[in-house]
Amino acid sequence: MSQSDTAVAGGSTPLPEGSLAQLAEHHGLKRAIARPAIGPYLHQLWERRHFIRTYATSRNISKYSDSMLGQLWQVLTPLLNAAIYFVMFGIILGTQGDVDNFAAFLITGMFVFTYTQRSVMGGSRAIASNLSLIRALHFPRAALPLAYTLQEFQQLIVSMAVLMVIIPITGETPTFYWLLVPVALALQTLFNMGAGLAMARVGATLRDVSQLLPFIMRTWLYASGVFFSIPSRLKQAHAPEWVSWILEFNPATVFIDLMRGLLITSYRVPKPGYGPPPDMTRIWLFALFWAVFALVVGFWYFWRAEERYGRG
Amino acid sequence: MAELTKVAPMTETPQDANAANRAPTVIVDDLHIVYRVYGAATEREKGNAASAFMRILKRQGRPQMREVHAIKGISFVAYHGDAIGIVGRNGSGKSTLLRAIAGLLPPHEGAVYTDGQPSLLGVNAALMSDLTGQRNVILGCYAMGMTPAQVKSKYDEIVKFSGVGDFIELPMRTYSSGMGARLRFAIASAKSHDVLLIDEALATGDRQFKKKSQERIKQMRKEAGTVFLVAHNLDVIEETCNRVIWLDSGKILMDGDPKAVLEAYNKA
Repeated sequence: MSQSDTAVAGGSTPLPEGSLAQLAEHHGLKRAIARPAIGPYLHQLWERRHFIRTYATSRNISKYSDSMLGQLWQVLTPLLNAAIYFVMFGIILGTQGDVDNFAAFLITGMFVFTYTQRSVMGGSRAIASNLSLIRALHFPRAALPLAYTLQEFQQLIVSMAVLMVIIPITGETPTFYWLLVPVALALQTLFNMGAGLAMARVGATLRDVSQLLPFIMRTWLYASGVFFSIPSRLKQAHAPEWVSWILEFNPATVFIDLMRGLLITSYRVPKPGYGPPPDMTRIWLFALFWAVFALVVGFWYFWRAEERYGRG
Repeated sequence: MAELTKVAPMTETPQDANAANRAPTVIVDDLHIVYRVYGAATEREKGNAASAFMRILKRQGRPQMREVHAIKGISFVAYHGDAIGIVGRNGSGKSTLLRAIAGLLPPHEGAVYTDGQPSLLGVNAALMSDLTGQRNVILGCYAMGMTPAQVKSKYDEIVKFSGVGDFIELPMRTYSSGMGARLRFAIASAKSHDVLLIDEALATGDRQFKKKSQERIKQMRKEAGTVFLVAHNLDVIEETCNRVIWLDSGKILMDGDPKAVLEAYNKA
């Protein structure tokens, strides 16, 4: 404590006598850098639900406002991606023999993976690209990564509507399993929220991530069996058991398989020559695990650094 | 105040008693701020890939890093209803001090205690430049924790106060710096803050807006908030503040009545 040499040198506002720390304690003042406990934090976050919703909607509106086709890109981007992969992997490289309805198989995988991919990418930018907002106003920072995930969710609703039109065109008949699609999406959304929160903290502290993430994402895409059937590929390659275990436990694979199992009848039903069908009960359990695990761990990890966002 | 008088029973001047009756909102206790600046590369350390690779091999930190001791031991207490002007030359630590009070810079030594969460209004604090003014108003209000009903009732007032007119329907990146500053101030001041830190944010506004914002600051003081104001325009400080702190190279040179401090500052 060295008040005497810093205080009043010619001015007229004296410091109160005694320890300033005690004065602060007496009046219930808190250190400027302090993180709220997780309970009050969740409450604050709930109070900001309108912010999260409005922010997501606004970003979706402004995102395509410069382009001529505007909101059409929400539908066109996933469609174009699916078309390219269909030509590359389905026709030219010939993975088509692995599965029955390859078009439905590929497009479902593409849409589901894109949702997680974009949530993770958005999360990594959520803090870094909103520094001025963070510095100007006080609000629980988790609102930002959550808003980014919600933005992707709104986009996904459009993609799913497209998917529901395309899948019957490829020859599938709608079944009662389709009613479970919202449940699968809800689980995936919980996972994406957790992953987005975790990536937001990583992206806020480690700027190198934005350079690295595209490569990680591409590796993840290839490892998730978006355009090939993992079991039949591994069988051809004579891969050991644990490799297929890891690949099938991969959250992206889990959510993709879940959606395929619901939408594509031939994916679910055993067929001669295609090997055993995926175990849907196991996939549901994996999906549930990933949703809870990612959300709890991701939220906790993000909250741990709450007071450090926007510094520097 | 029993606890306090126990600590210092000897020197209870009338002024101290007066101060003790008012509740403090910000206490800065022997604050030191040292921050690291990246990217201050010298001529010798060219930023190519080979040198970056060698640096990682040798396990050195980023060479462009420099430590700046910006605040060197500052203590003061601010009370409810204070409007405190901070003056000093460029680089004397004014903005750093505000950011430390806002909790954006961790103290190297000492501590900052605040009542509630301070809000910092800086000159470059574009909210969301791609979104329209309307969206910025709504989002800003929601971010401050307002309910939809509160936003609805405040919206017109905010837009009117900012005076940006029809520009409210255009993206904020199309605004002039003065218009942006006006809208930001209008949004931030729509809610009563315990502690509002204004860093040159009013500098770009025109004459009429300066008058309006001074009124608003006075009103916030009445609502028992504390306002900190950094400005190079000394008239603004003299008209709005009841106390001025003069910083020089990270230390308080003078702290007290605006007239006395500004007079001394002008002479220096």
